[in-house]
Amino acid sequence: MEVEILSRIQFAFTIAFHYIYPPLSIGIGLMMVIFESIYIKTRKKEYENLARFWTKIFAVTFGLGVATGIVMEFEFGTNWATYSRFVGDVFGSALAAEGIFAFALESGFLGVLLFGWNRVKPWVHLVSTIGVFLGSMFSAIWIVVANSWQQTPAGYHIVGEGFNARAEITDFWAMVFNPSSVDRITHVWLGALLSGAFLVLSVHAYYILKNRHVDISKKAFKITLIVATIFSLAQLFTGHQSADGVSKNQPAKLAAFEGHYTVKAPADMYIMGIVNNKEQKVTGLKIPGGLSFLLEYDFTAPVTGLNAFPEEDRPGQVNAVFQFYHLMVMIGMTLIALTLFASFLWWRGKLFDKRWLLVVFVFATLLPQIANQVGWFAAEMGRQPWVVYGMLRTSDALSASVNANQVLFSLILFTAIYLLLFILFVYLIDKKIKHGPYDESVSNDRPLQNDISNVVTEI
Amino acid sequence: MDTFLGLDYQTWWFLVVGGLFSGYAVLDGFDFGAGAWHLFFREETSRRIAINAVGPVWDGNEVWLVIGGGALFAGFPIMYATLFSSLYIPFIVFLVFIIFRAVAIEFRSKEKMAWWRKTWDICYSISNIMLAFLLGVVLGNVLQGIEIGENYEYQGNGLLEFINPYSVLTGLSVLFLLMTHGAIYLLLKTEGGLYEKLTYLVKRSIIAFVVIFTLTTLYTLIFIPHLSAKIRTNPMLYIVPLAAFLSIANIPRLASKKKYLRAFLFSSLTICLMLILVAIELYPNLLLSSLDSKHNIDIYNAASSQKSLKIMLTMVIIGAPLVLTYTIFVYNTFRGKVKLDEHSY
Repeated sequence: MEVEILSRIQFAFTIAFHYIYPPLSIGIGLMMVIFESIYIKTRKKEYENLARFWTKIFAVTFGLGVATGIVMEFEFGTNWATYSRFVGDVFGSALAAEGIFAFALESGFLGVLLFGWNRVKPWVHLVSTIGVFLGSMFSAIWIVVANSWQQTPAGYHIVGEGFNARAEITDFWAMVFNPSSVDRITHVWLGALLSGAFLVLSVHAYYILKNRHVDISKKAFKITLIVATIFSLAQLFTGHQSADGVSKNQPAKLAAFEGHYTVKAPADMYIMGIVNNKEQKVTGLKIPGGLSFLLEYDFTAPVTGLNAFPEEDRPGQVNAVFQFYHLMVMIGMTLIALTLFASFLWWRGKLFDKRWLLVVFVFATLLPQIANQVGWFAAEMGRQPWVVYGMLRTSDALSASVNANQVLFSLILFTAIYLLLFILFVYLIDKKIKHGPYDESVSNDRPLQNDISNVVTEI
Repeated sequence: MDTFLGLDYQTWWFLVVGGLFSGYAVLDGFDFGAGAWHLFFREETSRRIAINAVGPVWDGNEVWLVIGGGALFAGFPIMYATLFSSLYIPFIVFLVFIIFRAVAIEFRSKEKMAWWRKTWDICYSISNIMLAFLLGVVLGNVLQGIEIGENYEYQGNGLLEFINPYSVLTGLSVLFLLMTHGAIYLLLKTEGGLYEKLTYLVKRSIIAFVVIFTLTTLYTLIFIPHLSAKIRTNPMLYIVPLAAFLSIANIPRLASKKKYLRAFLFSSLTICLMLILVAIELYPNLLLSSLDSKHNIDIYNAASSQKSLKIMLTMVIIGAPLVLTYTIFVYNTFRGKVKLDEHSY
């Protein structure tokens, strides 16, 4: 196989795997802050137990996020050397900001968050929890800024030619606030917060079903349901903003989202469907003129279609982009329906009466995860054939000195080790969930903290 | 060219990257070093204490790698691209071991079966040994130079060329230095039987380091003369290898007096002085071409634009005190000997 396809598979595989964890860390992070704040405010031990329990799960997701994140950074250099040379000057400041202001904050306080419960005052611990949470939110900002710059470059100029061409920064703030960054950061944030909130809902729904930790789980479920409902609704808004931005900045991508080919014509919005790229036709369930209405509030407004762009400058995998995009939208709608329905039941005082709803919530944790993954696939595949939109093609961005054997070697190694990592993740999460939050009733006979030095001296 | 306090921005960024790499080597160095000893400890409790000595900090230490790598990418993208793509295999293997190590730490404590713990103990120890060794191997290749040709592209076949006599020597030097460093860290964190054992092990590792390092130095002077050229022409610089020598000699002296905190400071200082020596030998080069010196990558042809460097230096000036503050806060929180509790691994 070719270096290009192998490198793309490797990058897609490692980034998709990585992207399971940081969103969970962000989402769980918010819930930890909320639970721990309630504890500080009410001094009720059960909320501390809740915060401690979620901290343990957080530790797992964070650890995996770091381990798989280092891989991403290295891959820029190992597999995409030409890309690294091209974007280094512009990305440099975003990466530096991420490292200094976000990641160091996050990891610095992590030790206190995980191991400091018995060592610092409760409010100092809360400050550490907030530090870690904010660090993870800031991290997301800088990474999405860098990615958004690839989608909608701004604040740069090109120097050099051919192989030596590279983008140089001219205006830092224009780079940071490039046309798509704000829309995309909020969209990514909400996706991350939802993935965490739905995991919390899932675990506590499971406890309620199993009749374990019921009191605390009901409280946690309700608090988290508020968060999940608000964010599900807000996600509709940021999603719309993003799509609006894509229509202005990357019309070829938007056209691919809806399989819209005709150069200038009113565009339909599909609920679901299949794109035949050869015949340029979409078969499926649609709202005629829906896309035009969404963008211009007019069912007959013309929208730029894929045929307005030369064949070599537009995404090739239109059906895949279409499917990923629609799956994401469909999941978003499902989350809104689910949380609104649960909130309605809560209002009627019947939230925990329907077992089937709790079962749905147990499995619903997969939905935001899938939406996050396919959303990124749509965004990144929709940008093709460019790695930096309109400037650098993916096929030109590779490491010239790396051959297919090397990439095959690393791809096999990553597949093996990531399989191991995934087993680890499921195993650890399962174990921690089975163990459950610390229970007052069984805790009283817990041994006091052993002074291990005595034990050691005896050995 | 713009300057700040008399130095150009490229040189400043060279110092920033050097500082970050030194911080990384000192910090992740002690946990690689501590982990490399793992199989030398026989009792389960000793192994748990050894892991928990690095438990609260290893994650944070790896952050220095992310930030150091990011700084190299940001300031010297051409260096970053060429270094990583030409040493593809060692970097990938490094990544695999760094993940494997994290997996071992997490998995080990979760089941009580002896075979389970033993398996992960072996994985943990080997990963740490390999990580320290590979860092040295990469360093050796950078010092010796690699086959860089036109357009800063690597010309070799990229398979096993990274293994050569010099890189093996530097790899072993780094391994033994970090093992010494890690043993001293553990001495600060342990008591009783494990402590006694470490007092014995640390002496052995210092001897091993001194022997290998002497060989490496001789090899450097004889076969890679260009590395010592700068020091020979500028006698003032002799102070650095001299300081390194004194710093190394100080470690066994302090260790025999059981002044381990000071010994740790001196092993940290030794690591920094070694890297300063590397920096002096290379500057202003970053990566030497073994094909033709006109293809050398240096801090000028590899650097980002003045504008970009200036933005990043501003961030460092604002950010560094913050990072320092909460790093000290965290280490202060966990100072003293390891006590296992319900949050331990």
